[in-house]
Amino acid sequence: MQILVNGEPVATDARTLAELCATLGFAQAKVATAVNGSFVASAKREVTPLAPKDEVEIVAPRQGG
Amino acid sequence: MLDIYGELFKSRLLLGTAQYPSPATLRQAVEASSAEIVTVSLRRESARMRAGQGFWELIEDLGVRVLPNTAGCRTAKEAVATAEMARELFGTPWIKLEVIANDDTLQPELFGLVEAATALVAEGFKVLPYTTEDLSAAEKLAAAGCTVLMPWAAPIGSARGLINRDGLKTLRAYFPETTLIVDAGIGAPSQAAEAMELGYDAVLLNTAVAKSGDPVRMAQAFSRAIEAGRLGFEAGLIEPRDMASPSTPVAGTPFFKIDRVS
Repeated sequence: MQILVNGEPVATDARTLAELCATLGFAQAKVATAVNGSFVASAKREVTPLAPKDEVEIVAPRQGG
Repeated sequence: MLDIYGELFKSRLLLGTAQYPSPATLRQAVEASSAEIVTVSLRRESARMRAGQGFWELIEDLGVRVLPNTAGCRTAKEAVATAEMARELFGTPWIKLEVIANDDTLQPELFGLVEAATALVAEGFKVLPYTTEDLSAAEKLAAAGCTVLMPWAAPIGSARGLINRDGLKTLRAYFPETTLIVDAGIGAPSQAAEAMELGYDAVLLNTAVAKSGDPVRMAQAFSRAIEAGRLGFEAGLIEPRDMASPSTPVAGTPFFKIDRVS
C-alpha cells in the first residue's frame, strides 16, 4: 500500500507503525511518531495499524531556538 | 534564582542550539554562556541521514536541561501533537509553546496559543508560552496554568531589541509573581541587560550568539550582560529626571559667588 512518511510517498507492506519504523531502520533510533496528525507513543506503535494514504511523521531531536 | 515551575537555576540565560557554524562551536558557546537550559526542536528524521541521533548525543554530553520547542506550528492541534512527541523524545514535561501567526513576523498566534496551552496544561505539561506583551493574552495564559510567560522583544531573529519597552514594563508590573522571560528579537548584550534591568527573570536568545562573528565570545558577553542587568535591577535603579543634578557637593566650591547662581 501507499502511505506518506514525512511527506514523501512510500510503498510498504508494514501492517503496524512499529513494523514501518523497523523497516525504515528506526527500531532502535531516538524518534517520536504521529499518524494523521495525532501523536502515537512508542509503546503504542505495535498496536497502531496502518491503512492506505495514512500520513506518518517520524521525528528526531534537532537544533532549535 | 530563576524559578521555572518550582525548579531553581543560577543562570538567567537560556540559549538556543540552532545556526552555529559547527557542533564544536555550539558546545563551546553553551559552555561559555554558563546557560543551564538550552532550547531544542524536533524535525522529520531521514532514514538515510539520521541527523537527529548525532545531535542528541552532543546535547546529552553537555549535561544541560533541554527545553523543546514547537517551532513552526501554525495551529493549536499541530502544537499539541508536536509537544506530545517532544515530551516522549526528550523526556521532559517542559515545552516552549510556539504557535506562529505568519512568516514575516513569526509573531505568536495568541488565540491558538491559549487553546494549545490550555490543552497541554490539562495533559500535565509545564508550558512556557512564546507570547507577546499583550496583557489579555497573558491573563488567559496565566489562567490556563502557565506560571512562566515568554514575551517577545522583537520578531525572532530580527536583532531589534525591546521594540515595545513600555509594554514589557507594564507586563512586568501586572505579573509580579510570574516568571517572565524575554524571548526572541535580542541582538546585543546591552538589549539583554535592558530587559533584565526592567525586572525580567531571564532572557532566551539564539541568533544573536550563533550568527555573531565569534559565538563563544558573544555567549560570554551575553552571560555577563544578563548578570549585570539583574544586579542593576536588584540594586534598584535611580529614576531619570529632566534637569541636571550635580553629583559633586556644591557647598565649598572654590571661587563660588552667589550672583552666578541662575
